[in-house]
Amino acid sequence: MSIGHTLLGLLESGPRHGYDLKRAFDEKFGHDRPLHYGQVYSTMSRLLKHGLVEVDGIEAGGGPERKRYAITDAGVTDVEHWLATPEKPEEYLQSTLYTKVVLALLTHRDATDILDTQRAEHLRSMRILTDRKRKGDLADQLICDHALFHLEADLRWLELTAARLDKLRAEVVAK
Amino acid sequence: MTPPPGTLLTAENLRKSYGPTVALDGAAFSIHPGEVVAVMGPSGSGKSTLLHCLAGIVPPDSGSITYDGRELAGMNDAGRSALRRSEFGFVFQFGQLVPELTCVENVALPLRLNGTSRKEAERSALSWMERLEVDDLKDKRPGEVSGGQGQRVAVARALVTGPRVLFADEPTGALDSLNGERVMELLTDAARSTNAAVVLVTHEARVAAYSDREIVVRDGRSRDMERAI
Repeated sequence: MSIGHTLLGLLESGPRHGYDLKRAFDEKFGHDRPLHYGQVYSTMSRLLKHGLVEVDGIEAGGGPERKRYAITDAGVTDVEHWLATPEKPEEYLQSTLYTKVVLALLTHRDATDILDTQRAEHLRSMRILTDRKRKGDLADQLICDHALFHLEADLRWLELTAARLDKLRAEVVAK
Repeated sequence: MTPPPGTLLTAENLRKSYGPTVALDGAAFSIHPGEVVAVMGPSGSGKSTLLHCLAGIVPPDSGSITYDGRELAGMNDAGRSALRRSEFGFVFQFGQLVPELTCVENVALPLRLNGTSRKEAERSALSWMERLEVDDLKDKRPGEVSGGQGQRVAVARALVTGPRVLFADEPTGALDSLNGERVMELLTDAARSTNAAVVLVTHEARVAAYSDREIVVRDGRSRDMERAI
């Protein structure tokens, strides 16, 4: 999963401090792998360097300064591009896709579009494998079948998610 | 609207309701000769209604369907029936073979209905059964063959008239993976060798993977994924 894009997506709803970003990330996506503070700050430095976020304000207190980050127009375009680009079909990609779907819902984008684009990408891979299977020997067939069944499982997940989008939208927006 | 050049069957803005239920809500479709297009979507999305409209089985409430330069809405029932008999072939989920006839008689039936002599019709039927690898079943009745074999007989029957469009509605829905794949291999090979277009309605990705491209139907609206990306 792209932590940078996910943090950028979370900033779309408004400026946040690094600590708030970590909390929002952990709550929505970090179920079994919460972010380290170090990851948040190194990612934000990189995004800042590339002009995808800017410092919106600095609070001086008793401890270290707290920067508040805001997404820039270039950052919004970057998130847009990431969401619209299908993932390379491979096993166990659900966590990235899940993140994309939830972010799309949170930012009022069309999550159906993401699922449709991914389905098309999966089918493209499945056509290549099916063609290879038809022309190949039994070993080819078995190797291709293994990949095809995994891709098919992803597609079933995509269909099920598409059917549950309204419910998911209600849940993620309510949190 | 004028269909894109080279297309064989085109539909624009199709609407169809059954009472208060909207089955198609502005669906579009197009297919070229020799192309296999999968129509995908969840149950109840309108994909079978789209197939029935495209095949002239069910008239849409509005919208246009053009086959080979002819508007289907401009034809009467007899004209559409003639089109279905001579230009279109059909394969459904359950072969729908006539149980009283032998397999070769089933395959020959569309030719017999078009006036071909019995001898000539059965000769053509047998050659198609060979291509579908079921010629050894010619004297058996549908009740005596397996589901996969019966479906191959049904594919042979659909192709025996040399249709320019083959409509297949969940053709492997009642088969296991291995039989389903063999049916799809034989069906698409046979259709490509005759340059027939195939409209393949399926909810199975592994079946859709035999197509050249897919359209997705959801809530009666279609989306052409090749054009969308």
